[in-house]
Amino acid sequence: MTNVSPDTMTETDHGAQGGPGRKKRARASVSRERRNAAAQWAFVVPALIYIALFFAYPVIKNLVMSFQDYTASSFYTGEAPLVGFSNYVTVLSGDQFFPTLRNSLVFTVGSIVGQFSLGLLAAVFFRRRFPLSTFLRSLLLLPWLLPVIVATALWRSLMDQDSGAINTVLNALGLIDTGIPWLSSPSIALLSVIIVNIWIGIPFNVAILYGGLQDIPDELYEAASLDGAGPWRSFRSITWPLLRPTVTVVMLLGVIYTLRSLDVVLGLTRGGPANSTQTLPTLSYFQSFQQFEFGQGAATSNILIVIAFVFALFYLRTSRRDITA
Amino acid sequence: MHRAFLARPARDTIIGVLILAVMLFPVYWMVNLSLQSSGSNLASSFFPTSIHLDGYRTALSDQSINLLTSVLVSLGSVALTLVVAIPASYALAQFRLRGVNAVLLILAVTQMIPGIVVANALYSAYNSLGILNNIVSLIFADASHSIPFAILLIRTSMQAIPMSVLEAARLDGAGRFKTLRSVAVPVARNGVITGALFAFLFTWSDFVFALTLTTTEAVRPITLGIYNYLGADQADWSAIMATSVLASIPAIALLIVAQRFIAAGASGGAVK
Repeated sequence: MTNVSPDTMTETDHGAQGGPGRKKRARASVSRERRNAAAQWAFVVPALIYIALFFAYPVIKNLVMSFQDYTASSFYTGEAPLVGFSNYVTVLSGDQFFPTLRNSLVFTVGSIVGQFSLGLLAAVFFRRRFPLSTFLRSLLLLPWLLPVIVATALWRSLMDQDSGAINTVLNALGLIDTGIPWLSSPSIALLSVIIVNIWIGIPFNVAILYGGLQDIPDELYEAASLDGAGPWRSFRSITWPLLRPTVTVVMLLGVIYTLRSLDVVLGLTRGGPANSTQTLPTLSYFQSFQQFEFGQGAATSNILIVIAFVFALFYLRTSRRDITA
Repeated sequence: MHRAFLARPARDTIIGVLILAVMLFPVYWMVNLSLQSSGSNLASSFFPTSIHLDGYRTALSDQSINLLTSVLVSLGSVALTLVVAIPASYALAQFRLRGVNAVLLILAVTQMIPGIVVANALYSAYNSLGILNNIVSLIFADASHSIPFAILLIRTSMQAIPMSVLEAARLDGAGRFKTLRSVAVPVARNGVITGALFAFLFTWSDFVFALTLTTTEAVRPITLGIYNYLGADQADWSAIMATSVLASIPAIALLIVAQRFIAAGASGGAVK
């Protein structure tokens, strides 16, 4: 590290002491302060420009597009007439919207309940100290680190109706006679997509919940066990209350990431069969990039943003009240 | 108390291995299938008794160029992420700026914006600028997966640098930028490395921009290569699985050689 001798530490003030110079010096230091602030903000400016171009601009552009008749021909003619709320009316009155909204909610709630409860169990388990625990806990991250498209490819092979490993095993165990149409039956496909998304999401839940558990002091558990508390009792009176802030974060992020996820559904089922796994992001994708109704796709994705924001505000408010109460 | 539970650690290790075996079975199965003979057949023995490399041959002849595209885009995104995130995280951690909280709030809010919203608008903008199917413009879009995350993550390690260390450098006559480069970044290098690794993995896994901002085969990341394989009428499973194995190499390799950083990033950036 750099060496500092005492005499280099006096370059802070060059001005004369006292007298009429004081006022001038005060003004000079104000302007130096401003220059300082400007020079300091310069470090943040690239990030702000990036956010303006790749987050703020798209959100505004998307909002504007949702009020335009924006189709493939708009790209050639450069014309996209304003049409008021007609895209929203088309989207909301279409046959697909409410089944899609329902799918999105079932997909999100199912994924989060599964990821969170299994993730919490695993995190509590890995809090114990045993040989290889750190190594095994790190390996557990793998499903989350793989590209989601890779995860969907390998689950499509596992869930194949005729020769997939899952049906082969169930068949060999005598549990089924004919293969379960995991991804090809409209009544099962959404459940299968949820199962895959739980598998993808468990590692993330374990990682964050484990971090939260690490912050709970061991002495609390020791004191509780001296008082005769069993594992369930100490979980309820120590782990759960102290883990609440972490739970808030993991739930909030989980819901937002799941609501907006596109690749799990597209990779596994492309929204089918018979739209049974269509969610808001995939519907928006199909409207924009398959039907070239960019205005409708924008409207659908704006509805998605509103749902995410309303959920986040509502959730943060209620959980903050719970924590402070 | 310890004596009474002497056998427990061993039992816990066995349970832990079983949990891992269940969770990682699909990954094992991917490798297993990738070594089967080519074709649409999925029925296979539990171990690859006879090893076939047909899948890898097909994968490499179809997807080599896409793998290369993914490598270039991911490295570009790492560079862009670091250039933008390092100074920002330093300023947000160490300078007493008014408005730091507003910037942090903005960064948190960016996490709530769905990729399809960004893709919808960027497609239209890129199209009018004529920069669809372009590696550089794809890099800029993909960095949106990692820049806010990296700023928050690197900021945490920048906050841990003692004020006195930075002041010492400043008083030695180093400017703010030089202090950042020669003092702050080396001291906070763990955070910087973690941010870089995750920028790579996030971009490597990107699907939404690969799907929407490329329309020809000119610039086609590997995720889209796999997606197109999956859409074929007759799936060639050994080729799909071989490509999936190749596309999993970064995640697996980093989990082995950089486990410490990956574990830190998984629990760090999201919470703080």
